[in-house]
Amino acid sequence: MSDERFRDSKLADSHLRDSRDRDSQAGNPQERDSQFSDSPFYDSFDEVAPGHTFLDSKEVVLNMGPQHPSTHGVLQVVLKLDGEKVNGLECIVGYLHRGIEKIAENRTWAQFGPFVDRLDYTAAVSNSLGYCLGVEKLLAAEVPKRGQYLRVILTELCRLASHQVWLGTHVLDIGAVTPLFYAFRDREMILNIFEKYCGARLTTHAFRIGGCRWDAYPDMAREVLHICDDLGPKIDEYRDLITGNRIWLQRTKGVGYISPEDCIAYAITGPVLRGSGISWDVRKAQPYSSYEDFDFDVPLGKNGDTFDRYLVRLEEMRQSIRIIRQAVEGLPEGPVIAKLPKVLKPPAGEVYHSIEAPKGELGYFMVSDGSQQPYRVRVRPPSFINLQALEKMAVGSLVADVVAIIGTLDIVLGEVDR
Amino acid sequence: MIEYILGYLHSDVTPGEAGNLFWVTVYVLLVFLGISIGVIFMNWFERKVMAHMQVRIGPMRVGPHGLLQPIADALKLIIKEDLMPSGADKIVFWFAPVCVVMTAFCGFIVVPFGRTHAITDMNIGVLFMLGVSSLGVLGVIMAGWASNSQYPLMGSLRSGAQMVSYEVAMCMSVVSAVMMTSLVTGTGTMSMIGIVQAQEQQHMWFAFSFFPVGLTALGVFAIAMVAETNRAPFDLPEAESELVAGFLTEYSGFRWSLFFLAEYAGMMAVSAIAATLWLGGWLRPFPHLLGGAAWDTAFSLVPGLGFILLGALCLFYTARMPRLRSMRGNLIGLAGFGAFLALLGAFMLLPGVRTRVQDIFWFTIKVGFFMYLYIWYRTTFPRYRFDQLMKIGWKFLLPISIGVVVLTAVIGVRQELLALVWR
Amino acid sequence: MPEVPEGNPPNSTPEQAPAAAPVAAPAAPVVAAKPAPVPWHGPVVDGLREAFGDKIRDAATYAGQNYITVEGATAHAVLAHLKEHGGFISLTDLTAVHYPKDALPFEVVWILYNMKASERIRVKAFYAEGEAVATATDLWLGANWLEREVFDLFGVRFEGHPDLRRILMPAEWTGHPLRKDYAPSLQDQAWVKKNLGIESGQ
Repeated sequence: MSDERFRDSKLADSHLRDSRDRDSQAGNPQERDSQFSDSPFYDSFDEVAPGHTFLDSKEVVLNMGPQHPSTHGVLQVVLKLDGEKVNGLECIVGYLHRGIEKIAENRTWAQFGPFVDRLDYTAAVSNSLGYCLGVEKLLAAEVPKRGQYLRVILTELCRLASHQVWLGTHVLDIGAVTPLFYAFRDREMILNIFEKYCGARLTTHAFRIGGCRWDAYPDMAREVLHICDDLGPKIDEYRDLITGNRIWLQRTKGVGYISPEDCIAYAITGPVLRGSGISWDVRKAQPYSSYEDFDFDVPLGKNGDTFDRYLVRLEEMRQSIRIIRQAVEGLPEGPVIAKLPKVLKPPAGEVYHSIEAPKGELGYFMVSDGSQQPYRVRVRPPSFINLQALEKMAVGSLVADVVAIIGTLDIVLGEVDR
Repeated sequence: MIEYILGYLHSDVTPGEAGNLFWVTVYVLLVFLGISIGVIFMNWFERKVMAHMQVRIGPMRVGPHGLLQPIADALKLIIKEDLMPSGADKIVFWFAPVCVVMTAFCGFIVVPFGRTHAITDMNIGVLFMLGVSSLGVLGVIMAGWASNSQYPLMGSLRSGAQMVSYEVAMCMSVVSAVMMTSLVTGTGTMSMIGIVQAQEQQHMWFAFSFFPVGLTALGVFAIAMVAETNRAPFDLPEAESELVAGFLTEYSGFRWSLFFLAEYAGMMAVSAIAATLWLGGWLRPFPHLLGGAAWDTAFSLVPGLGFILLGALCLFYTARMPRLRSMRGNLIGLAGFGAFLALLGAFMLLPGVRTRVQDIFWFTIKVGFFMYLYIWYRTTFPRYRFDQLMKIGWKFLLPISIGVVVLTAVIGVRQELLALVWR
Repeated sequence: MPEVPEGNPPNSTPEQAPAAAPVAAPAAPVVAAKPAPVPWHGPVVDGLREAFGDKIRDAATYAGQNYITVEGATAHAVLAHLKEHGGFISLTDLTAVHYPKDALPFEVVWILYNMKASERIRVKAFYAEGEAVATATDLWLGANWLEREVFDLFGVRFEGHPDLRRILMPAEWTGHPLRKDYAPSLQDQAWVKKNLGIESGQ
């Protein structure tokens, strides 16, 4: 197929390869007809036999190209369809690859901080947290308690914001147009706090290596608590609008099932893993930045389908509110940043540090050679690794479910492609 | 000639029945104008209502509160480049939107806005409307075919299958309503005016007779009509985020606006059927419970007062606008519009006018209620998947509507037998 | 953070001479003394040493994180052993680092995780240019894309991988970007010119 869209796709190619093999084997058109049961895909249907149209073939290769209205970024999905049923699926990523890991090798440790925000751009603060914690491990630096609590507050606010984006876009893909606006209205409140704190709404560069650059601004505690009070009833609104809606239930229950064993085999983390019933959260398993001081639950799903993942994320939003309240009320006094040398030169060594980002386990594997610039920074991207499971989850379901499954995996292409 | 024109004014039948061609033409033009204004208004209304439900305010710039937005949209669509895909069947491509628009508008021939306010009254009125709306399916399939592209064709086939499936349930519930027209008189009628007159005679809107059977029939029809017109939550064939493009993909500019016009006109047509069959058509609420001249007068004041209220609302919003030089156009425009509405309302309060206008008003309110429901559904519900959609049409709505028909028949026969016995 | 007296600076490979140890900045007492790799003993390591003997080159702890360095050819067996007997059922990450000056320049790193014990382990092995690494896709399905990425960005081939092709870069790209000898000015100018229609503008 000379179609440029399928250039990188193996799935589309395989048909041609098969058909070309068959061409060489089959002698005359009549013999080729009998190979229909193996679903050939030809350059034009006149090649098959005159008079046949696409309505006669069993399978169609459909390209859900890099640009499409499902708002997840530049992701290309090639589907092999039999009518409505998805027989095969292939993801082609790399459209947003910016070489961030390569860039890291040419910047200093502190200069790389802003780049890290651009990975998962809906949750920039948590990316920053992971990176800073990793470098602090390399430096064996200890962040003061107040700085740690402040980081927790901002990171949990960021988790709320990221889940709002997920909620709005996921239900929009399934067809409900209204919760998107409600979710973004709530996200505005959180972004206002970020703006007051660090000047930026989206790519915040909120944290520095060693702690936080700025202390909490004068009214921050009051405003953050106000958000906590406000968002509780709003999450109830979402529950009333969406969770009980029979159309929502029909579109999400049983859709995109993945078993717990498959989750572990695919190295899936985050709400997708918890939706399948495995209770694992980095904040509980390997606490960082004072998370052990806070009392919160890790919501679990039972069935591993889209509906359970939706419930898990909704409940995670409530738990985030709980953590924020505890952190604000328990905010200790003191400095927010550790005293580190101006020129950061971590001793040669390597470290892997991971945090629970809204999308999953976000890890940083950093190799230092003792100089001012990192030798290697590897980002363990939860979206990239979760996206592998798309094939497993979507094959066998209908075309309309593919969009729902992409939404439930909660991927951000900035993180997938880096 | 003048007697020909004036002679009709005192008749109590529709111009079609009276055979008065002049007035038939006048009514046709009025209905055409009415539908067009309805579509324009619906465009604005939908955007505003959806926006307010979504915590935003909708169009505000083009004209005061976006009132001129539909006109701007129409202008834009008219001046857009007219594209036709290469390899498309030119005649079919041209004809598909024409077919859809024609069938949507033709149904309005028998829609009664009042006892004499219809273009004509066929004795198979309802059947005619349903038949004509079925022809719209043909236009949809032609549109997909003529696009010469795989995905619009698949989308149009899906659309067509959906429309056909839900028509069966619609027609079944219509049958139950038609059966109820025969209760008092002994002869049923399919004429739209006859159905409303039957409701008048029985002193009961069919939605509430044989409670809850009538309501169920209305419910089934209300759901099926949403699917028939390809609106949310049954709008998978048109949805943007789905993979298979809808049948409208290759249409741009004016041709697209024809489809859009046909969609809204179709919505209004099926809402008109629902209002006529179950909600009493042009009858005012409680014509017998709250009967008598005083109540009649009171209710006939409602249209006028309603328009005056709308005018006052416009003037109130004008008062709230900031008084900037740049807003002069908006201020004058909205104030003028408000004044126009208030004057219209005052005009409708005049005794001569208000008796004539009140039928049309009540009918329009009922149709407007269904249109508001359409918008409400679109804002609130997610979309059904296609297999779920077909399952609902065939496995859920159809059995219920058949059940309703059977129940209506049983209850109706029992009622007639009892009446016979007691006589 | 481990507090160990200043010792030999940590090294990455057995073949490489220890990197020059940077002296701690005099005006920064808050930073603890530099961490150094501490030999790691424990049931996991003992089990490994029992199974593989001297193929396990090194087992140490640095900054609280355990890692072992193994011989390249036995890496897959070690991973399988850890998965089955060590309880490290989860593959967290699979990546590579390029040390161009070494004899075995490509270090492939597997990071495994034991959910029950909340324990992480890094398995490292060194490979020569062009040497194929045994794939981990038979142990973990999730290694599929991770190995494709390592192949794409470093050029390390994985033997037994079902579908080894580029994932982030375009399919016809030449060169492996994350190698240390790949400068941005060396990008595939032919591809850029052909597909983007511009002169490579570096």
